[in-house]
Amino acid sequence: MPVNRVVITGMGAVSPFGKGTVAFFHGLSSGRSGIRFLPETTGIPGLRSHVAGRVRDVDPMEIPRKYRRSMSAGSVFAALAAREALAQAKVSFALQTGKALGVAIGSTVGSVGTLEAFFRQYFSDSCLEQIRSTLFFKIMNHSPAANVSQMLGITGRTLAPAAACSTGCQAVGIAYEMIASGKQRLMLAGGTDEFHPLFIATFDVMNAASTHFNQDPQRTPRPFDRDRDGVVCSEGCGILLLESLESATHRKAPILAEIVGFATHSDPSNIANPDAGAIFSCMAACLEDAGLKPDAVDYINAHATATLEGDIAECEAIHMLFGDSVPVSSLKGHLGHTMAASGALELMACIHMMQQERMTPTLNLDHVDPACGKIRHVRRPETKPLRLILKNNFALGGINSSILLRRFSHEGF
Amino acid sequence: MRDSEIVEKINSALAEEFELDPASMVPEATLFEDLELDSLDLVDMVIVLEQTFGFKIREEEEIRSIRTLGDIHAFVIKKTHQVLQSP
Repeated sequence: MPVNRVVITGMGAVSPFGKGTVAFFHGLSSGRSGIRFLPETTGIPGLRSHVAGRVRDVDPMEIPRKYRRSMSAGSVFAALAAREALAQAKVSFALQTGKALGVAIGSTVGSVGTLEAFFRQYFSDSCLEQIRSTLFFKIMNHSPAANVSQMLGITGRTLAPAAACSTGCQAVGIAYEMIASGKQRLMLAGGTDEFHPLFIATFDVMNAASTHFNQDPQRTPRPFDRDRDGVVCSEGCGILLLESLESATHRKAPILAEIVGFATHSDPSNIANPDAGAIFSCMAACLEDAGLKPDAVDYINAHATATLEGDIAECEAIHMLFGDSVPVSSLKGHLGHTMAASGALELMACIHMMQQERMTPTLNLDHVDPACGKIRHVRRPETKPLRLILKNNFALGGINSSILLRRFSHEGF
Repeated sequence: MRDSEIVEKINSALAEEFELDPASMVPEATLFEDLELDSLDLVDMVIVLEQTFGFKIREEEEIRSIRTLGDIHAFVIKKTHQVLQSP
């Protein structure tokens, strides 16, 4: 049993809608798409998908060179998002740099762009004399987590969970468990990823990337839609500040929501294909972790990336556990798949929905695929009191994860 | 190449690499305290100077005693002249 209740007191975002949570929430609320055509990828032989959600308006120069020199774009995103989360939570410098604050921030594969640049030069002359001392710090797997801790002077635990598209959700879940068990008082948690064509190619080669909307990018991805044709890759970062309720109350910090359950399971049935039974099991374990029944859930924020098989498996699992009455939507239609960041960014969107009492619909869901038709889809903005939200994320490699978010009240249930 | 041109070339390369304010790049400026560089920067500084002047200095013992920008100027000027005079 958890020792401490765990609340969220800060959020920071870098997304295809731009820098900051204000731009992020505004983009979602206004029903916009962050997806654009990528002319720079059209010359890549074998690549059929040419759409993505890129981050356009972040200036790395706002980070001092001392810290920026070891950062790739993913770390820059994480540093800016972490700084925003700490500012919102009004964390003092003493608390920020004391052992009470830790970090759990992951990415899918570090910095592919930096590795590409290195190998381009290395293969051209087989020479290592030109390597900068900071190369390794940009490509190591824990680069974003380490860079955030370095820039912000964090001295608590620094962890970098990596589970592809489940990374952000897992990072928040691990932070939740760490605070609940009393190992840390506060944790910056989330995920970050920077764009590289390899991400698109990874899905394209498996026939799981969207290829039919290159000339009409805002109409893809299309979660649950009969015309969906796959994932659209995006970049960005979401960071949440988790904190023990005792700490937040003591500091008189603004409490945005509470985390009450987390589960993450391995699905060994297939390294690529999601399984409805495994997803069911993960969501059920998350409810069990919180000591709650399915009928307590007011809304489910689905992983739903618009792949043919993934959306169906998630729908089947949701139907098996929740029936057909709990509203469900996916934010991939707005954002694309922000990979390691998706869990954290979408969790932040859930908090915003909770505060606004307004569910964001699935963008581009024009005609529900009959195979996804057994659940209750949110197809237009809907007003509803949201006390409990379930957030799903699933990853290549068979890593499923779910988090339960509750509207905060001092009394709990 | 005249010594003043070498100094200008050094300062230009280091200013770009380390985003230094040209006004701070006086010969007596210490690398660590005044220019706020550190050990990682010094590794990269050697690479930048090698790229800029086309010589190899990484293994030179004299580098270890460099403390100021003026020390770099003097070292590179000497090295450049050595290279020009070598057969």
